[in-house]
Amino acid sequence: MSFFNTYRNPALVKDCLDVIRTEAKKPIKLMEVCGGHTHAIQRYGLPSLLPSNIELLSGPGCPVCVTNRSYIDQAIHLASDTQNIICTYGDLLRVPGSISSLEKVKALGHSVEIVLSPLQCLEMAKQNPDKHIVFLGIGFETTAPATAATILEAEKKKIKNFSVFSAHKTMPAAMKALAGEQPLLNGYICPGHVSSITGARMYSFLPEKHGIACVIAGFEPLDLLECILMLIRQVNSNHPKVQIQYKRAVTINGNKKAQQILEKVFKPVNDYWRGLGRINGSGLAIENRYEEFDTNSRLYLPPYEISEPAGCICGDILKGIQKPNECGLFRSACTPANPIGACMVSNEGACNAYYSYKP
Amino acid sequence: MSDTVLLAHGSGGIKTQQLIQDYFFKLFDNPILNEATDSAVLDRPKGKICLTTDNFVVQPQDFPGGDIGKLAVCGTINDLAVSGAKPQYLSVGFILEEGLLLSDLMRYVKSMANTAKSAGVRIVTGDTKVVQRNNCDHLYINTTGIGTIQSEQEHISSGRKIKSGDAILINGYIGDHGMAIFSTRFPKQVSTKLLSDCNCLNELIGDLLAKKCKINFMRDPTRGGVAGVLNELSTQLNLGINILEDQLPVRPEVSGLCEILGFDPLYLANEGKVLLICPKEESEKILNIWRKHPLGKNARQIGHISNEHKGLVVMQTCYGGKRLIDPMISDPLPRIC
Repeated sequence: MSFFNTYRNPALVKDCLDVIRTEAKKPIKLMEVCGGHTHAIQRYGLPSLLPSNIELLSGPGCPVCVTNRSYIDQAIHLASDTQNIICTYGDLLRVPGSISSLEKVKALGHSVEIVLSPLQCLEMAKQNPDKHIVFLGIGFETTAPATAATILEAEKKKIKNFSVFSAHKTMPAAMKALAGEQPLLNGYICPGHVSSITGARMYSFLPEKHGIACVIAGFEPLDLLECILMLIRQVNSNHPKVQIQYKRAVTINGNKKAQQILEKVFKPVNDYWRGLGRINGSGLAIENRYEEFDTNSRLYLPPYEISEPAGCICGDILKGIQKPNECGLFRSACTPANPIGACMVSNEGACNAYYSYKP
Repeated sequence: MSDTVLLAHGSGGIKTQQLIQDYFFKLFDNPILNEATDSAVLDRPKGKICLTTDNFVVQPQDFPGGDIGKLAVCGTINDLAVSGAKPQYLSVGFILEEGLLLSDLMRYVKSMANTAKSAGVRIVTGDTKVVQRNNCDHLYINTTGIGTIQSEQEHISSGRKIKSGDAILINGYIGDHGMAIFSTRFPKQVSTKLLSDCNCLNELIGDLLAKKCKINFMRDPTRGGVAGVLNELSTQLNLGINILEDQLPVRPEVSGLCEILGFDPLYLANEGKVLLICPKEESEKILNIWRKHPLGKNARQIGHISNEHKGLVVMQTCYGGKRLIDPMISDPLPRIC
C-alpha cells in the first residue's frame, strides 16, 4: 500500500531526523494538542529518536479524557431507564463516572450500544419505535459535523424518538486558554482532523497574540517529523506563523459545508473540561431550533456536582506542566485497567499512551 | 414455517433420539460413537495423553471463512496440536436455544463433521441440552479433545526450555479472524472481503514433529492475539521478548481497517495461527517445512528472546525506536476519531 510506504518510509524518516538534529540548536518545547498525535508519537517511538533538546508535551486533545465525569454519570442515569437505548462511540464505554461506567451498567442489562457512526442511531430509532435513542455526542470539530448531519437527517425523516446528549467541544478556545498558562511553549503541533474541518485560519491568533509557532500535522511518522522540523525553523527564525504540513487534508479555510451545518445545529456555550476547568465558549450545545433532538430538553437529567479524583494531576498533564510519569498514581494506582484520571482512560490519553508504549 | 429446535429435543424422549440419530450419528458417523453408549470406550494409547476443553459462543455464528461448528472443532484440535500432541478424539456438548432453525443446526453439525474428518479426528461422544428462548444466543458448543503426546514434546506447552536467542516464528498473517468477525458486526460501516483464518493446525505442526524439529514452545494466539500470548509468556517465565515491527505479517486490508478503527493487529484474535519458539539454528528448517504447507506459505520469524528487559515485550519500530507491547485490558473498542 503506497500510503504506508510513503509516509512510513524508514530511509526518509532517518533523513528527516538527521536534518532535525542539525537544525535543532536550542531547547524547544512543543505541544501536540491532539490525542491522535500523542498516540502516534508514542506508537512510532519518536521521542527516543529526537534530539534531547526537543521536548514534546501532550495537550488536551483527547475528547474522552476531557469529558466531565458527571457526563458519564448522567449517561448512566439515561441508560438506567428501560425506555432508552444509549448509543456511543466505543472508547466511551469504559470511562469511569463517579461510581460506575457504561460498560458495567451494560452488564447489568441496560441498553448501551456501540456505533461507528451516529447515523446508525436513526436506523435503530426506526427499528425500535417504542424506545428513545440517545446518542452520546462527544468529540471536537472532527466528530461534531457527523452529529449535526444526523440531527438534520432526523429532522428530514421526521424521526421523533432520537436525541443527542451533546458534550461536543471546540479546540481553539482550549488552545487559547492554554497559551495563557504556558509561557514557555514555543510551538503547537496543531490537530490534523480538527483542522480539516475548521481550516488553518483559526489558529492565527496564536502566533500573532502569543508568539507561538503553529504547524498542522498529519498522523504518520514522516508527517510528524516534518511538522517538528517546520516548527524548529519557525522558532530559529523567530518568526512564528501558521503553516500546514498536512496539506493532503487541510486547507486555509477548511470544510465549508461542515462548518455551515455546525453553525446551523450548534451554538457555543461555556463548558467544563475535565482537568482544565471551565473554558468560555468551548462547548457546543444544540440550537433551540433543534431542541426536539436535544436530550437536555427531551429527558430528565439529574443535577450534578463537578469533582476530580484526589491525587490526580491530569489537569497539569493536559496543560503540559507535568508529564504522566511524574504523577504519584501513574502505573501504581492508576492503570488502563483501573483508570483514576481522565488521561489514562482512552488510548489517546497522554497517560495511557505513556503506559502502553514507553518501555 | 421452518422447523426449529423445541424444548422437546432436549427432553430425553423421542425427539431427542431423532435429533441424535438424524444429525449427530448420521454426520459424525464412526464405530465408537455408533456404539451409542453413555461413555465412549477408547483404546489405551502408547505414552501419555493430553486433554483440553473449550467453549464456543462466537457471535455471529456464521462469519466469513467459517462458522461456530468449524471453529469448535478447530479450536480444540489446535489447543492439542500446539501442545505437541496428536489430536485423536473429541467430545461435543451442545446448548441449543429453543427456536434455533434445524436447518442452521444441520449446517453447523455438517461443518463440524467435515472439519473433524479432514483433520483425521473422531467425534466419539456428546450431549445436547435445549434452553428456553432468550436463554442463550442460538447455540453454544463445548468440545473436549484427547490427543497423544510423545515424551520429547512434553515441554512444549510450558515453554520451560526457552532460552535467550531463541527465534519467534509465526505461520502467516495476523489479525484476519478478529477483523473478519468485527466486520460482520458492522456490515454497513466496514466492507471487506477478509476471511477468518479458522483452520486446523494439526497437520502443519505434525509435519514439524515428523521431521524431528526442535521446538521449545508453541501456542495459538486466539483471543488477545499475538500480544496476549507473548505477554503471558514473558510474565510467566520472566523472559525479555523482542518483536520486529517490519517483520510482522499483516494484510493491507487488516492494517488499513486497524488504522481507521484504532485497533492494533497484535491484539486481534487468530484461529489458524501458531506462535512457535525454537533454537535460532532451527528456524530456517522449520520455516522451510511450513512454507510448503498451504497454512504456512507466509510463515516468518517475527522476533527473538532477549537477555534484556526481562518480563517485558518490546517492539523495535521500523525506525529503530522502541515501544512496549503491553497486555490487552479487554476487547479492543473502536475509537472516536
